[in-house]
Amino acid sequence: MAFLDRAARSLFLTELLGGMALTLRYMFKPKVTLNYPYEKGPISSRFRGEHVLRRYASGEERCIACKLCEAVCPALAITIEAEPRDDGSRRTTRYDIDMTKCIYCGLCQEACPVDAVVMGPNFEFSTESREELFYNKQKLLANGDRWEAEIAQNLAAEAPYR
Amino acid sequence: MAEFWSGFLLPLIIMVLQILAITVPLLVAVAFMTYAERKIMGAMQMRQGPSIVGPFGLMQPFADGLKLFAKEQILPEGANRVVFYVAPMLTFFLALIAWAVIPFDYGVVLSNINVGVLYLFAISSLGVYGIVMAGWASNSRYAFLGALRSAAQMVSYEVSMGLIIISVLLCVGSLNLTDIVRAQEKVWFCIPLLPMFVMFFISALAETNRAPFDLPEGESELVAGFMVEYSSAPFALFFLGEYANMILMSAMTSILFLGGWLPPLPFAPFTWVPGIVWFALKIAFCLFTYVWVRATVPRYRYDQLMRLGWKVFLPLSLFWVVLTAGVLVTFGWLPK
Repeated sequence: MAFLDRAARSLFLTELLGGMALTLRYMFKPKVTLNYPYEKGPISSRFRGEHVLRRYASGEERCIACKLCEAVCPALAITIEAEPRDDGSRRTTRYDIDMTKCIYCGLCQEACPVDAVVMGPNFEFSTESREELFYNKQKLLANGDRWEAEIAQNLAAEAPYR
Repeated sequence: MAEFWSGFLLPLIIMVLQILAITVPLLVAVAFMTYAERKIMGAMQMRQGPSIVGPFGLMQPFADGLKLFAKEQILPEGANRVVFYVAPMLTFFLALIAWAVIPFDYGVVLSNINVGVLYLFAISSLGVYGIVMAGWASNSRYAFLGALRSAAQMVSYEVSMGLIIISVLLCVGSLNLTDIVRAQEKVWFCIPLLPMFVMFFISALAETNRAPFDLPEGESELVAGFMVEYSSAPFALFFLGEYANMILMSAMTSILFLGGWLPPLPFAPFTWVPGIVWFALKIAFCLFTYVWVRATVPRYRYDQLMRLGWKVFLPLSLFWVVLTAGVLVTFGWLPK
């Protein structure tokens, strides 16, 4: 009987038709895709994207060149050189992040005592050449100016857990 | 001069215009078939499909075509130059010339020959040459294996396809495609010959190298099969030929089994619609089913494909030919 059963099932294509009915049903289901470049999925406030260097509201840069981020970086992606400025405050003269080395662990952000280096919500920073991914201080500060609103919001949302 | 004009030039011009009236809509249909395929497969996989170029992505096929023709043509080292370039042309050419005998409506046919079915069958069998030539001329192992597979597959399925067509011909008593459609005025052949219809459809899938029988180009094992070395315009010709073949096979299915240009029911609201629209709708339905099957079933293994062709379809179709003939003779239903 089992043989007849199997033969009948394959002869009358029942399973094939069942499968085709399934795909037909799926055709009328709503789409689950996002229209990516025009539509974006939600991102957590803890998202670790492109790095930025932030400024205070006065426009003064936050980074005090303590080099904790450079020390903690497991990929050795950060390079900092520093000397006292004319007004006597200690500031970086060079703050480079090699984005091709960075593993986006977020330890630099954790280490920073003044919330100067933060990983922002931006993940669309692909470039056409490798050199463009060697970020310098100027680029990082520009990133900070560009993403300050979102970053401030994210940091405020995360503050209770820190 | 008048003799030359009325006897030669005018018929020639009319013939060329008729040919253009068939091929241009056909090529447009091929272009939109690729779009429809991506849209339908997308919907069945809960995706959107192309949606950026033009309204609803309708211009996507033209963007793709432009992209293909802008690419570099590569001739592989050691390839046979002439055969390499003739192969895609042959495939494309064969996919187009078969349309000469397809009746779009009563009397709307380029050449109403009395062996239409044989002609179609011969042309679709010749299709294998384009593929074998491509595979051999490419001087590449993948292409060669793909071509071998394709040749074996097309030959195997043509056997049972021939028998299926014979059972239709038994019911009609003519090889003329117009006669075949007119014989279905009472009932479409897909109802009395339902098993043959299903088998013909599946064989047509195998004949056009479509999923689940797309082993000749099985990308998971042969990269792209016989097309592996082709790029740019020759590739586009293969692509167009393959889709034109799909449309041709759908047209053949609708003529042999779905009543060609005949409306589904022979009274008022259905008979108002012109026959060519019904024909196009039937072709569209078959094409939709092609894509539907592709979105549903995984690829066959090669030995399963051969088993299905030789051990299932061949005996079954042979049995049905005998059965059809027996029934026709016993009840005296043989066509005059």
